[in-house]
Amino acid sequence: MESYALLFGSTLSAGTVLALAALGLLINEKAGIINLGAEGMMLCAAIAGFAAVVHTGNTWAGFGAGMAVGALLAGLFGLLVIWLNTNQQATGLALTLFGAGFSAFAGLGYVQAKLPELPKYAIPGLADIPLLGPALFRHHPLVYIVVLLAIAMVWFLYRSRAGLVLRAVGESPESAHALGYNVRGIRLAAVMFGGAMCGLAGAFISTVYTPLWVEGMVAGRGWIALALTTFATWRPARILLGAYLFGGVTMLQFHLQASGVQLASQLLSMLPYVATIVVLVLISRNPAWIRANMPASLGKPFHPGS
Amino acid sequence: MLRLEPRPQVSKLWTYASPVLALAITVLIGVALFVLLGKDPVRGLQAFFWEPIKSGYALGELVMKATPLLLVALGLAVCFRSNVWNIGAEGQFVIGAVCAGGIALLADKDTGPWIVPAILAAGVIGGMLWAAIVAFLRDRFNANETLVSLMLVYVAILVLGYLVYGPWKDPMGYNFPQSKTFERVTQIPKLIDGMRMNIGVILALLGAGALWIFLARTRAGFAQQVSGLAPAAALYAGFSSRRALWTALLVSGGAAGLAGALEVAGPMGQLTPYVPAGYGFAAIIVAFVGRLHPVGMIFSAILMSMFYIGGELAQSRLGLPKSLTGVFQGLLLFALLACDTLVAYRLRWRRAAPAIKGGA
Repeated sequence: MESYALLFGSTLSAGTVLALAALGLLINEKAGIINLGAEGMMLCAAIAGFAAVVHTGNTWAGFGAGMAVGALLAGLFGLLVIWLNTNQQATGLALTLFGAGFSAFAGLGYVQAKLPELPKYAIPGLADIPLLGPALFRHHPLVYIVVLLAIAMVWFLYRSRAGLVLRAVGESPESAHALGYNVRGIRLAAVMFGGAMCGLAGAFISTVYTPLWVEGMVAGRGWIALALTTFATWRPARILLGAYLFGGVTMLQFHLQASGVQLASQLLSMLPYVATIVVLVLISRNPAWIRANMPASLGKPFHPGS
Repeated sequence: MLRLEPRPQVSKLWTYASPVLALAITVLIGVALFVLLGKDPVRGLQAFFWEPIKSGYALGELVMKATPLLLVALGLAVCFRSNVWNIGAEGQFVIGAVCAGGIALLADKDTGPWIVPAILAAGVIGGMLWAAIVAFLRDRFNANETLVSLMLVYVAILVLGYLVYGPWKDPMGYNFPQSKTFERVTQIPKLIDGMRMNIGVILALLGAGALWIFLARTRAGFAQQVSGLAPAAALYAGFSSRRALWTALLVSGGAAGLAGALEVAGPMGQLTPYVPAGYGFAAIIVAFVGRLHPVGMIFSAILMSMFYIGGELAQSRLGLPKSLTGVFQGLLLFALLACDTLVAYRLRWRRAAPAIKGGA
């Protein structure tokens, strides 16, 4: 039982990483832009956040640095795809390739660095409940914040005027433009928000989730987060659900390993990647599900006045 | 203010000038980076652009590294031209190497030289099968090929890891995660004595020729490109988009697998966790910088090979990390995409027109 509580607890942390990035990418995609640079932004943010914590000793400074780096890189991507009309797929890919190289380059001096001990997070009273306590109430605040964020996002997208405008920009930029909205500005803001959230996810990985720096440590989570937006058919609540599901799959491999299952660790490590493919297949086979919520202009360039 | 105006026709000049301008921008940023890091930029530039071509041996190394890049890029060009976003060539490369390595491990003292074609065939088939998974899932279930092919890269690397840490680990290898060293007979024939480059160069150049004929001279090649450029027109013309998808993925998987086989039975000579060297990803840049054109890609493969060798030299000579290579590769692609805007648009200086107030 004890170990199941632990499995559940670590699932929440693993899911938080994916949810942060995927919620950001969701806003990004609702504006009609697909950013395949998520992995690269997360890598750069992971090293930036790690370095910031090494030098300041403050985890929140690390999150800030990660978000800033994520937003900055996304801004660069945004300028290219929104103003210069470069191909979104290729530009995102360039960002990932650049981010992988740059993070390895920038992180060289930090491979052996140690982070200050994290404070123990425990909600007084609740954390001492047997089983439930360790599973639910001993987490980094961000684990709870991301749930609030998802709720806020549902409200923003479907209940607020600004959310309506954002969706209009993603569905039909021509109409939004004709109505007098600044399509490019809104798209850039959405892309930068997505970058900041991916940055937060990256910094969370390197400072809280596995507090160390190793080259390529994001290990495909940026791509899994991208897959999650499709999996969730662009709905915030489903993103949260999907993120915990994938977090659970990731944790299951460690759990199985620890419980002495006679399978090579490499085969177990394939689980999250194989699960991503399986889930993508299950979702994609029904085009109606995808079409129902996919922003109509996703990935298509828009330039006013032509 | 500066604004972009669509050109009536794409600019021939900028189609060729844009990669050159992109390279110039990358070099400029590189120089700035060297200065920032307190290194002599002249020595830095020498490491990247002069030392790889200054001697016969250096040229041989340059060509050796350009070979897998060109092979993979040729396949990717077929994909990208037909708008199939296969970005998992790295995985197809690794599985090609694994399959080729499996055959190479079967060889013993008495094996004949027939083993070499078998090794290469195994690489091609392995790469094709890995890419076929992507094609099948896209064709049958409409699963996004970008994400599926990328997830399969991680799976492929884990398959390799499983084999070299597990069943294929060399019992005499002091517990290192690596296979036995392959028998001499499995070695891909070298082109010139004393150099490491092998007949893979010939295969890659033949591949470039074949691609050129396929794209410019065959009906299938034409159909392939129409499917990418104008799916509706392709449908109208009766060209099958399913066929284009499968062709693109099988060709690029096979090419990447062949590149993997040539590496593992060539310069490497055994399977190790270092088989995935990022060629599959760098080849994406080679394909774009080379304009998805066979001749262009020969040049860009050599350029990208210079980046690899330059990165290693910058490490030994200037004490800079090897990952500088990745930084420059990413920058080059960024710069190219930005410069490519000039192919379809021209920059015009124009006073801002008074805004027309519309009803909101």
